[in-house]
Amino acid sequence: MRINKHSNGLLSIYFTAGYPTLDSTVRIAKALEDAGADFLEIGFPYSDPVADGPTIQHASEIALKNGMTLKVLFEQLKDLRKQVSIPVYLMGYVNPVLQYGVENFCKACKEVGVNGTIIPDLPMYEYEELYKNTFEEYGISNIFLVTPQTSEERIRKIDELSTNFIYLLSSNATTGKNLEVKDQAEAYFKRIKDMDLKNPFIIGFGISNHETFRKATTYANGAIVGSAFVKLLAEEDYLENIPAFIKNIKG
Amino acid sequence: MEDPSFKEEFEQLLKDYVGRPSPLYHAKRLSERYGANIYLKREDLNHTGAHKINNTIGQILLAKRLGKKRIIAETGAGQHGVATATVCALMGLECVVYMGEIDIKRQAPNVPRMKMMGATVVPATSGSKTLKDATNEALRDWINNPVDTHYIIGSVVGPHPYPDMVARFQSIISAETRKQLLEKTGKETPDIVMACVGGGSNAAGMFYHFLDDEQVKIIAVEAAGLGVHSGKSAATTALGKEGVLHGSRQIVMQTDDGQVIEPYSISAGLDYPGIGPQHAWLFKSGRGEYVSATDDEAMQAGLRLTQLEGIIPAIESSHALAHLEKMEFMGGETVVICLSGRGDKDLDNYMKYFGL
Repeated sequence: MRINKHSNGLLSIYFTAGYPTLDSTVRIAKALEDAGADFLEIGFPYSDPVADGPTIQHASEIALKNGMTLKVLFEQLKDLRKQVSIPVYLMGYVNPVLQYGVENFCKACKEVGVNGTIIPDLPMYEYEELYKNTFEEYGISNIFLVTPQTSEERIRKIDELSTNFIYLLSSNATTGKNLEVKDQAEAYFKRIKDMDLKNPFIIGFGISNHETFRKATTYANGAIVGSAFVKLLAEEDYLENIPAFIKNIKG
Repeated sequence: MEDPSFKEEFEQLLKDYVGRPSPLYHAKRLSERYGANIYLKREDLNHTGAHKINNTIGQILLAKRLGKKRIIAETGAGQHGVATATVCALMGLECVVYMGEIDIKRQAPNVPRMKMMGATVVPATSGSKTLKDATNEALRDWINNPVDTHYIIGSVVGPHPYPDMVARFQSIISAETRKQLLEKTGKETPDIVMACVGGGSNAAGMFYHFLDDEQVKIIAVEAAGLGVHSGKSAATTALGKEGVLHGSRQIVMQTDDGQVIEPYSISAGLDYPGIGPQHAWLFKSGRGEYVSATDDEAMQAGLRLTQLEGIIPAIESSHALAHLEKMEFMGGETVVICLSGRGDKDLDNYMKYFGL
């Protein structure tokens, strides 16, 4: 499946690799696909996740304590494509990628069948100047973020650089805050929709239930649930609860 | 920053409110001990007791021009927090300061100072509960409040334009030093300039106008904590490698996987696992010499200055002074050390350390 401009009502789930246990990553991905998730973001943990609220901060901390690293993650994802067929994106902060080596990272993504990456603290300028060629060489799509403060000029530039989808932040927030769909937010979603970008856009941050999912997908091609799902992973029998969770959101 | 009306307002406040120019003091007894002409740039005599106010005055004026209603800041030693709370009181703006839980304890005198000026002090409870974590929390606040809030970063760290902007506001330190040296010695440049480095703001200001004078030796002193290789250290250039932290490419103490290693120093202001990008460049290019001083060396240097010159320095500044013990002078070299802050906030630490 490829996310495109005609997609609608797509549900993506974010979870942190190595949480709640080191080897839970692929199991959770498989369970999400079986339950009806349309694509996935697997987070690679970082010690200083400044764009994240308490839930994902906590998951990252536990994942690091469990021994998760990019090296371990790519090892675990070797079998990914035997079990999971929906698109998978890796999401995390830029420093672990730089230390792994950008080329090694893109190469490893390609080898395990990861479709793209979301790296919020990799600026567009640095991407374009330093890394774009490498990403393209390995066919890895880098996903850029748009917030209510992003200028139209920058959104157009992002649209030009994007090869997969654009990640629209629901509001000015770190992860895990509940989206309050106010007139202001709707006006912002509508503004983006009316720009008629060449790439599909998916709304994330603050999507936690059917209502917020429905609201977001009225405007966007899909929506992403992160913290609300990561909270579920704290439950003992989380694997069994995944189908009901997905069903509730999709409605 | 180059707008004449901005410059005028900035310079007026530095003069009348901060008390600039800060003196360049010829420390005679210290000079005798080491056989060099040692001058102390007395940033400790500024209003609020450290160099930090140079930058907060500049940034609060910018924030007002940007129409911001709310100010946030991170603080380690509390000096930047106090300097921010001060300018917020001065301008009547709301102020929230993030401070590591551990730093709230070890720099206790600065907390009520901020509160008295109307600031809210929020403890940062993640990670090592020190400066890095306070910076994380401030960045998170800013992500949630980007429209009405200005983040006054206190050091030469953070995303562009912060390192450049903070260095320029702090460059008043070296601009004055040049004039004062000319008056005192007949020569604008010293042989050596020295300063302590955490994120690196006082050092950036002290070095700024000497960078192009190749004959001026630049020495930056980091905090080695219990020893560079003790596992309890904040000596970033010795222990770190290139990476990205808090939005800039710099030198970062980190694991092979790129996870930031928690630093340690007795000095809350130097307890940071990175070093600003300009310093990273000075280090890499060899223009600056980056050395370190341990907790013990710094504490001894602090006591020494107190007893030789009657000046109690901040523990941060004591790190710069500590390096004098390891230097060899031919005799008569002119050395300028930035005395970045006063030690009032550290009395408790000095008392405990020396059993006073």
